[in-house]
Amino acid sequence: MSDVAHPVTRPTPVTTEPRLARHILIGTVVALVAVLLFAPLFAVFAEALRQGWAASIEGISSPDARAAIRLTLIVAAIAVPLNAVFGIAAAWAITKFDFRGKAFLITLIDLPFSVSPVVAGLALVLLFGANSWFGAWLIAHDLKIVFAFPGIVLATMFVTFPFVARELIPVMMEQGRAEEEAALTLGASGWRVFLTVTLPNIRWALLYGVLLCNARAMGEFGAVAVISGKIRGETTTMPIMIEMLYNEYLSVAAFSLAAVLALLALVTLFLKSLLEWCYADLLAATRRH
Amino acid sequence: MFVEIEEIAKEFGTERALHPVSLSIPSGALIALLGPSGSGKTTLLRILAGLEFPTSGRVLFDGTDATGMSVQERRAGFVFQHYALFRHMTVFENVAYGLRARKRHERPTRAEIGRRVNRLLDLIQLPDIGSRYPSQLSGGQRQRVALARALAIEPRMLLLDEPFGALDAKVRKELRQGLREIHDTTGLTTVFVTHDQEEAMELADLVVVMSMGRVEQVGKPADIRARPASDFVRTFTAA
Repeated sequence: MSDVAHPVTRPTPVTTEPRLARHILIGTVVALVAVLLFAPLFAVFAEALRQGWAASIEGISSPDARAAIRLTLIVAAIAVPLNAVFGIAAAWAITKFDFRGKAFLITLIDLPFSVSPVVAGLALVLLFGANSWFGAWLIAHDLKIVFAFPGIVLATMFVTFPFVARELIPVMMEQGRAEEEAALTLGASGWRVFLTVTLPNIRWALLYGVLLCNARAMGEFGAVAVISGKIRGETTTMPIMIEMLYNEYLSVAAFSLAAVLALLALVTLFLKSLLEWCYADLLAATRRH
Repeated sequence: MFVEIEEIAKEFGTERALHPVSLSIPSGALIALLGPSGSGKTTLLRILAGLEFPTSGRVLFDGTDATGMSVQERRAGFVFQHYALFRHMTVFENVAYGLRARKRHERPTRAEIGRRVNRLLDLIQLPDIGSRYPSQLSGGQRQRVALARALAIEPRMLLLDEPFGALDAKVRKELRQGLREIHDTTGLTTVFVTHDQEEAMELADLVVVMSMGRVEQVGKPADIRARPASDFVRTFTAA
């Protein structure tokens, strides 16, 4: 007779992989993150500071570099809010209404992702350039788009158009229309429904879309390079200025400006994490529903 | 309020959800729209609420044509199948929503809104949950909050879409009784949609049996049991 308790042979949950597999998987991810993310970022900052803080601050405080930083920030400040509005409108139309050509519209929204930015820039030059369809009219009215500020904003908006809509569409699809309908039966106007029901429900997806859109708007190179004409101090955004400095072997200045650009992106990511951390309770409460 | 439905039909594209349907609902009655899924009962309810508009036919409220009236103007308290509570608002804010959405000169004061919301939370026997979020409530509690929210706008009628569908049997029985009591205290004309014949027969004054977008029979529960008008009604109510 044996009344000895059987030892527990499998203390881990059934979904947990064997120890070796876990270590290999985690190790691979850590190595990839280190090589692909941290090493390049570290290299940029190290190169920027190679000749000390003074040299790199001098590199980014030349009038041209300062103009580039200012231009990039202004372009993002115009393009991102506009694309947020267009993105909300597109996602709203696609998820809350049924109409003919919906699938086509979704494909169209993705177009900037599939078209090379250089092609987008060239297309804008063809549309608005001196010998173009609208060119004569624009010259007659003394409006400059190509090789000028409006062109840069247009190119940036084209390239970053899908980010907000792409974030919002799946969230709004999953949430359906019932809450909006409920608000309507309670007597709320369409605008009030949007402000008090739709917008609060999509705010996190919207924030994430806006951050991605912003990062890309500040970093866009190809389309802006074509349409801006790269006029130093006038139409050079940060990425274009970085390339010019690098080609002129001014590597400290180039990497210092690159570090600023990377920092701007890091700050937006940090802000997002901070917000998520502050509202963790509320987030958990609303997501479980 | 009494409601008349005159030859209402509804098509979605080429699909016919409702063949011309006529029905009159006496003031203060508790009516069940009973039928299997796809019978058009929810479509009819949504047409009454103003969430869908009929392809043809008329709806009359107290004898006046309400067919083109907007959903907001109709002031129909609607309880959705999965309640559709606003997930980012507390229970108090959910119930207060309809009062706060009123135009400035019709809107009650803050204190008055507070009083009314608390009275409604008492009515649904959940006086202490005002500060909770919908995700922190059980299914039965959510259903009752949805009912309180619909009642807060002082509706002209109460419309409920499968109000007990997502609940377990025990809670369902309790809430059935609760709805009957609320109906009797408020005296509101009430229409609810269900596919459960036992629920319809037990709760309603008048049962409307529907199938394939048509009304098969209208009558008191006992009459429908005793004299089913068609084979469909006989088999469906025997289930």
